[in-house]
Amino acid sequence: MALPAYAGTGERVWYYSYRVICALIFLFLIVPIIVIVPLSFNARPYFTFTQGMLALDPSAYSLRWYDALFSSREWMNSIRNSFFIATSSALISTALGTLAALGLSRPQMPARAFITAILISPMIVPLIITAAALFSFYARLNLANTFFSIIMAHVVLGTPFVVITVTASLSGFDQQLIRAAQSLGANQVTTFFKVILPLLLPGVIAGGLFAFITSLDEVVVVLFLAGPEQTPMTVRMFSGLREEISPTILALASILVAISILLLTSMEFLRRRNERQRGISQT
Amino acid sequence: MADIPAAGTVPEMRRDEELTTADGRPLRVALRRSQRQLRRRAFYLVAPLLVFLLVTFGWPIANMIAGSVYNPEVAHFLPLTSSAISDWDGEDVPGEDVFAAMAMDMESGLANRTIGRAAGRINREIPGARSLVMGTARDLEDMQPPYREAFLAEDERWGDLEFWRLIKRETRIVTPAYYLLALDFEYNSRGEIVERPEIYQVYRQLFWRTAWMSLTITALCVLLGYPVAHLLATLPLKTSNVLMILVLLPFWTSLLVRTSAWIVLLQQQGVINDLLVWANIIDASGRIRMIYNQTGTIIAMTHILLPFMILPLYSVMKTIPPSYMRAARSLGATQFTAFTKVYMPLTIPGVAAGVLLVFILAIGYYITPALVGGESGIFISNLIAQNMQGTSAQLKLASALATILLVGVLFFYWLFNKLIGVDRLKFG
Repeated sequence: MALPAYAGTGERVWYYSYRVICALIFLFLIVPIIVIVPLSFNARPYFTFTQGMLALDPSAYSLRWYDALFSSREWMNSIRNSFFIATSSALISTALGTLAALGLSRPQMPARAFITAILISPMIVPLIITAAALFSFYARLNLANTFFSIIMAHVVLGTPFVVITVTASLSGFDQQLIRAAQSLGANQVTTFFKVILPLLLPGVIAGGLFAFITSLDEVVVVLFLAGPEQTPMTVRMFSGLREEISPTILALASILVAISILLLTSMEFLRRRNERQRGISQT
Repeated sequence: MADIPAAGTVPEMRRDEELTTADGRPLRVALRRSQRQLRRRAFYLVAPLLVFLLVTFGWPIANMIAGSVYNPEVAHFLPLTSSAISDWDGEDVPGEDVFAAMAMDMESGLANRTIGRAAGRINREIPGARSLVMGTARDLEDMQPPYREAFLAEDERWGDLEFWRLIKRETRIVTPAYYLLALDFEYNSRGEIVERPEIYQVYRQLFWRTAWMSLTITALCVLLGYPVAHLLATLPLKTSNVLMILVLLPFWTSLLVRTSAWIVLLQQQGVINDLLVWANIIDASGRIRMIYNQTGTIIAMTHILLPFMILPLYSVMKTIPPSYMRAARSLGATQFTAFTKVYMPLTIPGVAAGVLLVFILAIGYYITPALVGGESGIFISNLIAQNMQGTSAQLKLASALATILLVGVLFFYWLFNKLIGVDRLKFG
């Protein structure tokens, strides 16, 4: 939407002020996330920029909070717990969600809209309600404060993302490709592994990554379900933020920002790959 | 024209000459069967997840809802009293039959140690009732019928009509009591539903606050999201893909990280206040309080939910051909008229999707209000969480509050489904 040659003064003023407004909104979106990264290198236990940091004095920066994070048994344990929970629940979510998405994308699927609404509902129901319900459910089964119950709960929360992502990557799936493969002599198994799966895989991986990050970031349900043995990093972070905030939290937060940048990059890569493979060129 | 047969006209088929498959079955039946099979196969693929969700998500929630109205103690642990008192009119101290039933319930209740739970339940409504019931039950073996006189001689509180009315009310296994409490009503001593004393009224106000703060957040998201989505949709794809990262990165970043970032920025010794002091806009003594109140919750949640507004808006705006605006301009519309009369109406589906999504997510928020909301910025979820850690009565109140919130959320989810359709939901 370049400025047309016939634009008048008013239009020109609006055009540039509109861009400035948008730039400010982008800053609002991104600055809070970026600002914590330099602060995590603060040599002093403050949550703001010191004079030394602003003067770019090297002695005002340090790795002490990262050191505190990595040398703390509790933090490292909880980080391990988080990754264990996230990996296990993402794998189960991906398997269940992909199967369901395959079924939902079939034209013959009965009651599609209603069943989709049910499958997506864990994303919509407020987390505190899910947490309350699951806590009493697992407590009655004597399974509260176990990895099993936390992983099962995170599978519930992760599957909607897998279903949505895989269904989206299946929409516009060219059924002719299957017929083409079969007419060229491929049997069902070969067709699945050589044609369907490669096309589906970017969507499946993207869904799995979504489920993974959902579990890794989840706080509310684990707050109720996790005992001291299972404490994941989010719970430790949450109580840290509530009581006394130490810059160690900012060090962990910066690492999490790095992880989300990594995941975002891989998602973008997967999306482009998927579009290329399906012949949707980006112009 | 009249003598040319309409295309597609097939000679009428006689009933006995139905088309059949090679093995002689009518084609219609065979087709229906194969379609049924396809439907079943599609369903089998969905079934594992559906069953899993029903067992580990649907069932617990149904249980929680049931728990919010379930009131078994009096009916189960004072069964004879419950049936004897059903005929009592509530006007005078009950007759001997009720007292005798109570005595027998106490006897069996002492034997299998359930009397304490019934007494505890009554004690929740009338403080001191526990010691009355337990004390009388312990002295029961020294008493002789008629029990009415014996009980009244033991303790005159047995003549208290309020006590008996409560028992009669609590014999119902399904009680609305926790919903009344969740909406700041209660039973008075005569068993009528009245508003609670003003100082105890919390929940209705909190429901309203949750609703209007979510609305404010949604409105701010529209205000900030609309221009950005429009820019992203109209810029060349190369540029907009780069700018899109600025939207997607917050979307992918942990909620806790974003909330802690806002704590860092907004607190009184935080970055923004430092900046304002440095720029001489405010004094060091006049640092602004922007966090641990409603402002903090609204700013942080707007930031967190903004991507959920931008993404659906963007996907709708991208489908609007730019030629529409040019056509409107060429027909003499000003930029403003063209925008409000042509472009904006076309974006309504995106706005509706974004608004509903943001509002649904906002009213259930817990973490961000808990961390930056202070006293005045908390949501109904925070009180649900608080009550969850209390006694069994508070747990039931939490279930009632959660059920009310759930009904609200499901209504908007239903609306979303009806207007937009969940299958249109996409990320990235």
